[in-house]
Amino acid sequence: MAPDDLAAIWLTLKLATVVTLLLLLLGTPLAWWLARTRSRLKPAIGAVVALPLVLPPTVLGFYLLLAMGPQGWVGRMTQSLGLGLLPFTFGGLVVASVFYSLPFMVQPLQNAFEAIGEHPLEAAASLRASPWDTFWSVVVPLARPGFLSGAVLAFAHTVGEFGVILMIGGNIPEKTRVVSVQIYDRVEAMEYGEAHVLAACMMFFSFLVLLTLYTLNRRQSGKGRAARN
Amino acid sequence: MNPIRAIFHVDRGDFCLDVDLTLPGRGVSALFGHSGSGKTTILRAMAGLEHAPGGYLALGDTVWQDDAQGIFVPTFQRALGYVFQEANLFEHLSVEGNLEFGLRRIAAAERRFHLPDICEMLGIGGLRRRRPASLSGGERQRVAIARALLTAPRLLLMDEPLAALDLRRKQEILPYLERLHDELSIPIIYVSHSPDEVSRLADHLVLLDNGRLIASGPLQETLARADLPSSFADDAGVVIETMLAGHEADELTRLEFAEGRILVARRPEPVGQRLRCRIHARDVSLTLEKPVHSSILNIFQCTVSTVVATDTPGQVLIQLALGNRHLLARVTERSRRTLALQPGRPVWAQVKAVALLV
Repeated sequence: MAPDDLAAIWLTLKLATVVTLLLLLLGTPLAWWLARTRSRLKPAIGAVVALPLVLPPTVLGFYLLLAMGPQGWVGRMTQSLGLGLLPFTFGGLVVASVFYSLPFMVQPLQNAFEAIGEHPLEAAASLRASPWDTFWSVVVPLARPGFLSGAVLAFAHTVGEFGVILMIGGNIPEKTRVVSVQIYDRVEAMEYGEAHVLAACMMFFSFLVLLTLYTLNRRQSGKGRAARN
Repeated sequence: MNPIRAIFHVDRGDFCLDVDLTLPGRGVSALFGHSGSGKTTILRAMAGLEHAPGGYLALGDTVWQDDAQGIFVPTFQRALGYVFQEANLFEHLSVEGNLEFGLRRIAAAERRFHLPDICEMLGIGGLRRRRPASLSGGERQRVAIARALLTAPRLLLMDEPLAALDLRRKQEILPYLERLHDELSIPIIYVSHSPDEVSRLADHLVLLDNGRLIASGPLQETLARADLPSSFADDAGVVIETMLAGHEADELTRLEFAEGRILVARRPEPVGQRLRCRIHARDVSLTLEKPVHSSILNIFQCTVSTVVATDTPGQVLIQLALGNRHLLARVTERSRRTLALQPGRPVWAQVKAVALLV
């Protein structure tokens, strides 16, 4: 494999890891709020979170580019903080990917939190566990399948993105050129052999991810059945 | 023992609760009523699981809620145990993990019970390594009770802990509940809609209907009242605390109480054992003269103290004074007329059946 192909793979894995960790951090409180709130804002916030599922990536990328550009409000903020501008940097890719993969983290988590229901939380409170304690000792273990599928899906989805990256990050080797963009370049240059290798890698990776997920899900529901008997 | 004072007003439009309760700081107080009477809401408000605005709750000097003073102690800071209808065990922990959950969260100095002792008392020692999913309903409920007790609560709240169990499981768990009552000095508030459970376990009875307090008092006195609303009249009956005095040669057992004795079919319990009996109003018939040629063994000389109408047309409920206690009899209006049953009239009460609450 050519060095720039390897660099693209390395960059992709780095991006997906950073984005997944950030999403765990941001998505968990958001999913918890969505699962528990009775606020009238819930449908609106839920819809905003789900937007990337239906929008063309170019639309999301376009608005993010405007916001993070020199005239955008995010851009002005990052400049005044001395961070420079985000588009065409790794940081810019991270921010864009967090938005783009948000529903893939939030929705499994929200479902898992909703499935837990009120009862274990009340039992924990009656056993002297503070809400924070309850979250770590009861909610997190019970929602483990949700955390697992959220993390796996967010990671895989970030690895597979193309349109948003192209809009925000362009095509800078070792900075913003991820695997999907590299494949595009190889095909543009008529280097089908190299494109094949990378494309096959992606294919295999995606299959592996989904296989893992479905296997885990099956084991979980199998456990559920045993529990009811 | 410090009494428990609870004042709650809840208005949810279709449901109103308005109670001011003083409960004894010891023994079992039963909150009894039909579904929708507000008994579970009271329990949840006492636990702080629901915040009833403007409410007040104190255990002796310890105030857990006094909204007038801006006091509302969150559930996890109240020294209480709560046993839910569905046990609510943590499925991700073993039985042992469930038992230790609360125990680990209280200071060592607060601990009153040892885990092995509580396990033995509730008969769950052999289950400690099991997962909750593999337990029967009765076992789950016993683990839930043990889990709550291990936090050394100053008040134990039980929300129909037997309602989700079938008859056999109920029979399996009731003796353990009686041991709680006899061996621990923790006041228990017990929510139930089953007259039998209440008669068997409670010392103090609170009757609720539609969110309102109907009656509150010692079990035996409260059950013997004839002025309770008709929704309770179908189950009317009294409870008598007796002592097993002896076994007779002809396969009968003699139970004694201050005002008399009751003969029942031979019991397995030893002499000296305390037994609670329940006498339903519908099992008591009345005669004006002492029945001499009767097959009925349990006959008491009483005086009519009150007569009230019931919901069933043509039937009346008669409260009888037997020494310092009361019996209830349900008879037809025609019999009342024929026998001229009115307050002060001496009568003989024939008890056709005695239910032993064991």
